[in-house]
Order: sequence, then C-alpha cells, then structure tokens
Amino acid sequence: MSLLDYLLPYDFSPLTILSYMLVMGFYGVGLFRMPEQDRPGALRIFAFTLGVMICYAVMQTRFDYYAQYMFFVHRGQHLILHHIGPILIALSNPLPVMRFWFEKISPGWRRTLRPLGWFYQVLQQPFIALFLFVGLIYFWLWPSIHFDAMLSRDLYWVMNWSMLLDGLLFWWLIFDPRPPAITSSLGYGRRMLVLAAAGVLQMFLGAWIVFSRDMVYDVYEVCGRAWPLDPEVDQLLGGMLTYIPPAMMSILGILLMLRRAMHQDGKYANQSKPLEETAS
Amino acid sequence: MRTRFWRQRTNIISATLTLIASLLLTGCFANDEEDWNGKNISGLMPELEFDLINSQGESVSGEDYSGRVRMLFFGFTSCPDVCPTALQKLNQATSGLAPTLQDEVLTLFVSVDPKRDTPERLAKYVDFFGDNIVGLTGNEPQLRELAKRYRTTFGYDEPDPDGNYAVSHSSAIYVFDREGNPRLLIRPDLSGEEIRHDLVALIQEDS
Repeated sequence: MSLLDYLLPYDFSPLTILSYMLVMGFYGVGLFRMPEQDRPGALRIFAFTLGVMICYAVMQTRFDYYAQYMFFVHRGQHLILHHIGPILIALSNPLPVMRFWFEKISPGWRRTLRPLGWFYQVLQQPFIALFLFVGLIYFWLWPSIHFDAMLSRDLYWVMNWSMLLDGLLFWWLIFDPRPPAITSSLGYGRRMLVLAAAGVLQMFLGAWIVFSRDMVYDVYEVCGRAWPLDPEVDQLLGGMLTYIPPAMMSILGILLMLRRAMHQDGKYANQSKPLEETAS
Repeated sequence: MRTRFWRQRTNIISATLTLIASLLLTGCFANDEEDWNGKNISGLMPELEFDLINSQGESVSGEDYSGRVRMLFFGFTSCPDVCPTALQKLNQATSGLAPTLQDEVLTLFVSVDPKRDTPERLAKYVDFFGDNIVGLTGNEPQLRELAKRYRTTFGYDEPDPDGNYAVSHSSAIYVFDREGNPRLLIRPDLSGEEIRHDLVALIQEDS
C-alpha cells in the first residue's frame, strides 16, 4: 500500500470532509480578518489545528479501517474524538474567532438562531453535560448496541459524530476560559466535581472491560479482524484505553481548574456580588 | 431571592431532562425480538449486491440468484477449520429441510483468496458441501468492495516456505430474504437445527 492509501479515507464521507473544511476555513479566514489585538497566539492556533486534524485523521484516513475491525483501535479513535481532540480545541480557546464571526451575523438571523442558544444552555447544565458525556460512552459500548453500530454504516457515523460533538460540548464547558466570577460560565468547584464524576464513571466501565473473562465485544470476532490479533489481547488493550487515559485526563483537568481557581482567587471578589444581583 | 428560585428551577429542569433522556435510552435497549436464533440485522445493512465470478468463470451479480433465501459466507478453500465446519453446518441445515423447501435456499460461498482459488478448484470444493451452494470469487478489489459493503474484512498472513498462508475472514453467515434484504447474521456457534428453524421461517414468510 502506498502512502496515499493510508491518507485517503477508508469510508469516504462528503459531509464529514465538508464539515472539517468549513471549520478550518472559518477559523483561518477569521484569524486573518480579525483585529490584531484579538488574534490568538501561535501556540493556540497550533493547538486548535492539531485538535481538528487528529479528529479528521481518525475519521477520514486509513485509521478508520483499523478502528472498524479492531476493538482497541476503535477505543483509541473514541479517545481522540471524545477526549484529546476536543480538549486541544477547547484549550486553544477559539472564542475570539467565534466572536468575530458572531458579530458578522445580522440581528435578524441572531433572533432566528436564538433557540439554538437555549438548546445549548440546556445541554450545558452540568448534570446534563455529565450525563451525556458518560452516558454516550456507556450507550455505544453497550454490547448489543455496539454490535449494531459496527454492522451498520449509518449507525457507525452517528456514533462517531455524536462522540465528537459531545466531546466538544463537554470539554468546552470544562475549559471555558471566561472566569466564572464575572461571567455565566460554570464555577470551578462544579467543573472539578463534574470531571471527578466523569473520571470515576469511566473507570468503572474500563475496569469492567479489562477484567471481563468472556468476550464482551464479539462483533470483531464475527466480522473478522484487520490482522490476526488474539481476541483477548484486543479486548484487554481496548479496555485499558477506556480505563486509564480518560481517568488521567479527568485528573489533569482538575489540576488545571485548581490552578485557574488559585490564580483568580480574590481577583474578582468585589465585582461578583453586584453582578450576580443585576443578573437576576 | 429570585436567583435562588431560578437556580432551584434549573435543577428541576435538568433532573427532569436527565430522566427523560434515560427513559429514551432504555427504550432503545428494549428488544423487539422475534424468535430468531440468528441476530436480526434488518435495516442495518444494504441489500444483497455484488459483481463476482462463479465457479464456471462467468461474471455474476446479485440479481442472478434472486428469488431465493440466500446465505452469504466468506472463506477460502484451503481454510483448515472455520469454513468446512460452517459449510458442513449449512449443508446439514438445508438438507434437513422438506424437499420442496430445499430449492428455496442457496448458499453463496465467496472465496476471498482468488490467488489460490481458481474457479475449478472452487467448483470442486463447493460440490462437496451439497447441491444448493454456489462458489463465487473475484479480483481483490471486487472482494474488498463486497466485504466493505457488509462491514467485514479479510487479510493474508505471510506465506510459509511451501507457499501456504492463512487468510483471516469473517466467521459470520449473512442471510438475505428473497428480495435480497438483509435479515439475519448467523454466528458460527449456532447449530444446524437452529439455523434450519430460521430458514424455514424466512422461506415461509414470503411465499
């Protein structure tokens, strides 16, 4: 196989390619057009691009082939779509670019789009966000549903896209750069609680897969593996990818939040009270 | 005061929404199982379509075998265990059918090892497993296309000094009804008896 075969999509999805092109297009054009002082630094642009590119790579290159026929590669794919990619994108703080484009939207359109904002706010209730984040992992790893998702092309795409979109929502909620003391973003204490809960719940599932004696996900057995790997090894590796890295990311997230909370401690103390009153 | 009121309300809203979401999820888990022994794959996969060659070396497509219940199985003739066991089982399942029903079922054995499995070799191999079985193969891109369509794959091991090599392939049997709609996925651990039960149900529902 040539290099090109590895870079070309295994299962070509025009909608996916179009979405990624639009995201990168809007980001790039926004960067060029926005005022110098708002523009994110090189590191942030790099983090954003890297986050988008790795998500694209696991969806529209040869990687996707291995993800379809190997359980542990599939877990790696979801680790990137649901964790690493969205984390990089959220940490890169694309808010200035989004604000730049938002200001370009006409007031009429803004009014039409308002229900979308309400929907977003409902999804970003911490309890719902946590439920969606962990619930989706459990849902797609429910053995009978996982079996169907790997058999049906449509379900497979729904699965991967839902993981990516939910990952973006969740990690944006967690890494929202706006200080909660003076904006409506989630308080640091709650962010840390959500992260801890998400970490523990994922560890339960990961541990269950790792310590399962039977084959939990036999679809890879039934439909053939990409190469002849021992099924138990495949399941063990996949379980570990569900078990360890997400838990580590929760802890890293908590540390990051602690650091931010300590930096901002007392900084906004005077403003927070009156603002809360006026907000109500 | 109003802030607190609003906070309490959002908590209630989020709790309710969570409840609704979990009810929806459990709704998805509920199985509307008919009593199939195989796994119901209706709607999960596309209908039967392929462009291959048969064991006479003629090109054939999915329509050439329409009107019958078809069982699609991927394998290769040098297969040491999985393929002979599965084909033996399918033969057992179909030969136990009433004579009038036997012609309503066709097994499509697709060899994914076209380098070794010439049409002649394929013909000899499938004849061994009864009458209602057709051997099919094609060039590698054709076979890859078909495997991808049914969400499966195959791969070749490194050949040993004698030139023999193992081929990894799907162990499942895909069952299509007379119209070519995907209906069941039969795992290799089902017995001939259980497969026959499903076949009879499929044959009878359409006629």
